[in-house]
Amino acid sequence: MTTAFGGDEAVAARGGALARWIARRPLAALVIAAAAALALWLILAPWPAGFEEWFGRKRLFVNALFNGVTLGGLYFLVAAGFTLIFGLMRNVNLAHGSLYLFGGYMGYEAADWTGSWLFSYIVAFICCAVVGVAMQILIFRRMEGEDLRQTLVTLGLAIIFSDLMVWVWGGNAIQIATPDYLNGPTPTPIVVAVKSSGEAVFLQYPRVRLVIFAAAVLIGVGMWLALHRTRIGVMIRAGVDDRDMLSALGYRVQILFALVFAFGAGLAGMAGIVGGTFQSISLGEDSHFLLASLQVVIVGGMGSIPGAALGALIMGCSEQFGLVYFQNYATMVTFLIMVLVLAIRPQGLLGRG
Amino acid sequence: MALTETSTPSIAAPRGGALSRWVSRHAAILLLGLILVLLPAVANEFLLDQIVGWSLALGMIALSLMFLAGYGGMVSLAQMTIAGVAGYMVAVLGASSLPTISLFWPWWVATPLAIAIAVVFGTLSGALSARTEGIYTIMITLAIAAAFFYLTLQNWPIFNGFNGFTTIPAPHFWGVNWRAPVPLYYLILFFAASSYGAVVYISRAPFGLALQGVRDNPRRMEAIGYNVAAHRVAAHAFAALIAAIGGVLLVWLNNQISPFSISFERVIDVLVIAVVGGLGHPIGAFVGAIIYVILRTFALDALLAVGLDGRRFQTIIGLGFLLIVLFSPDGVIGLWRRWSARLRANGGSRRL
Repeated sequence: MTTAFGGDEAVAARGGALARWIARRPLAALVIAAAAALALWLILAPWPAGFEEWFGRKRLFVNALFNGVTLGGLYFLVAAGFTLIFGLMRNVNLAHGSLYLFGGYMGYEAADWTGSWLFSYIVAFICCAVVGVAMQILIFRRMEGEDLRQTLVTLGLAIIFSDLMVWVWGGNAIQIATPDYLNGPTPTPIVVAVKSSGEAVFLQYPRVRLVIFAAAVLIGVGMWLALHRTRIGVMIRAGVDDRDMLSALGYRVQILFALVFAFGAGLAGMAGIVGGTFQSISLGEDSHFLLASLQVVIVGGMGSIPGAALGALIMGCSEQFGLVYFQNYATMVTFLIMVLVLAIRPQGLLGRG
Repeated sequence: MALTETSTPSIAAPRGGALSRWVSRHAAILLLGLILVLLPAVANEFLLDQIVGWSLALGMIALSLMFLAGYGGMVSLAQMTIAGVAGYMVAVLGASSLPTISLFWPWWVATPLAIAIAVVFGTLSGALSARTEGIYTIMITLAIAAAFFYLTLQNWPIFNGFNGFTTIPAPHFWGVNWRAPVPLYYLILFFAASSYGAVVYISRAPFGLALQGVRDNPRRMEAIGYNVAAHRVAAHAFAALIAAIGGVLLVWLNNQISPFSISFERVIDVLVIAVVGGLGHPIGAFVGAIIYVILRTFALDALLAVGLDGRRFQTIIGLGFLLIVLFSPDGVIGLWRRWSARLRANGGSRRL
């Protein structure tokens, strides 16, 4: 499960390169294979009693894993737009967390009005996309190439947005209700414990989180296909590599920029509803998710969609495992991973140097 | 000035001339210093500590950012966090209202050690962000700042979680109770003035000039034989020292520290202060700080007085920051420079 998301995409991208990679780095391949086997055993096999005594209950571990992976799906939705905007426009959009929160609030209002959870996603996407396009056309277009000034402007906007949202929606946490058809637990084929009678106990997991994770995977695969199989995707990738050259070739980069900004912002807005359904949305969540996006793209590699997927998984899992196993130092786990990546690969795991 | 003194030691007249020229060139800053030194004679305790003292301590943290951003081209958002590390360490190693955590070491051990730990922290995070360039520095330092904020929020054994520490007194030595308003004010003024002087001095010293070279063109500096990474890390270490001292003073002034002293908003405030004041000159940090503190203290009443919602203070700060970034990237200092230049040009034309 852990490797399915980031790994498959990379494998597909390289095609037959996998065999060559294994031949070139046999030791690394062996370590990865051993880690995958250990992970599979930890997830699928019922744990021996002695092991449970030393390591803790299996139920805790599997729950943390599921929580981490599904949280990773949410992080991916937020960070994908962030990394795309950064890769193409060199704009560190520090108002990205505000867009997430704004989408969550708009989705809440829409769900409240119409009673449709799915419809609220469309509303949140459109609202945030409009704000994103407005930001790009009214402000960032006028200061192209000035990285630092753009970043400072997004910071100013983030301060204002966050205060205005407190004004409108107040400081209380808002929870978006899960629709009935997604409510309740789903049985999974994973054994968490064996009763004294020899009967196996299977893990029950909230259906909505599994569905949303599947949707996040679909969106990720869809983005990858759009980037690699469509004309606009080719333009975006060319723009990430060399924006000036693309513009010199006569492509209308301004329209491309507005589109990417709209899509990234809209995705963040949709993630706001997911966040509101998973946890809750409130004052302060904007900075929380901005920082999560930062960590995800720092670890995964800036401007890379597979990198965002890998980074989101690592960050989601490390956060949840940290909460279970190192309560007082949970954030240190994610932080140390970030430091480690920065020390070894400053451009991020899948970033280009 | 030093050069003219040593080259013409026998002639007295140019020396006096140099001194008077130096005084007239720095008239504004000398006058400001004189006012600040004499302020306790007229000001009440509120103005002294809660307005001017707070501005100076906050200005020191903004000054450390101004040094990194203005001379090194590295916009570090970890400066408030470094100040927070120093502040927390003073509370942990020294005295506070929590005998279960605080070690109650004497101030002359606890304070220097706290500052040293913060400087090590700042140097390490500087080394981490110096590996990447430009805009990445903001992202990495912001991530470091966030990690420390969430650590203090979650961790109870060392940082006392959500509640933080209260009753962290400034020490009592040389027969002076530094906790009293006027001595505390002078303590802050001394360190603020020293760090201002140190930044001005270093900006003209060989190290500062090399740092500005690194800012303008790192590849060329590398080619002439300068160690670019070492210059960046050293700049971070120096900035961390200023921020750490500022952090300790801030804790003594507020008499408390909690995760919310170093939260995302406070981290951003330091950047807002430095940018609004102006990154072009060290005095900008203090100008920005006094504007911020005055706004923060009086905006609520002022907004209510004109019939607006006083709680929209943060929007005012954001709008002001946005206007400065959009229309005067060199801050209030830049506005002042352009304004005085225009005034001078107008005056000249009138005389003609």
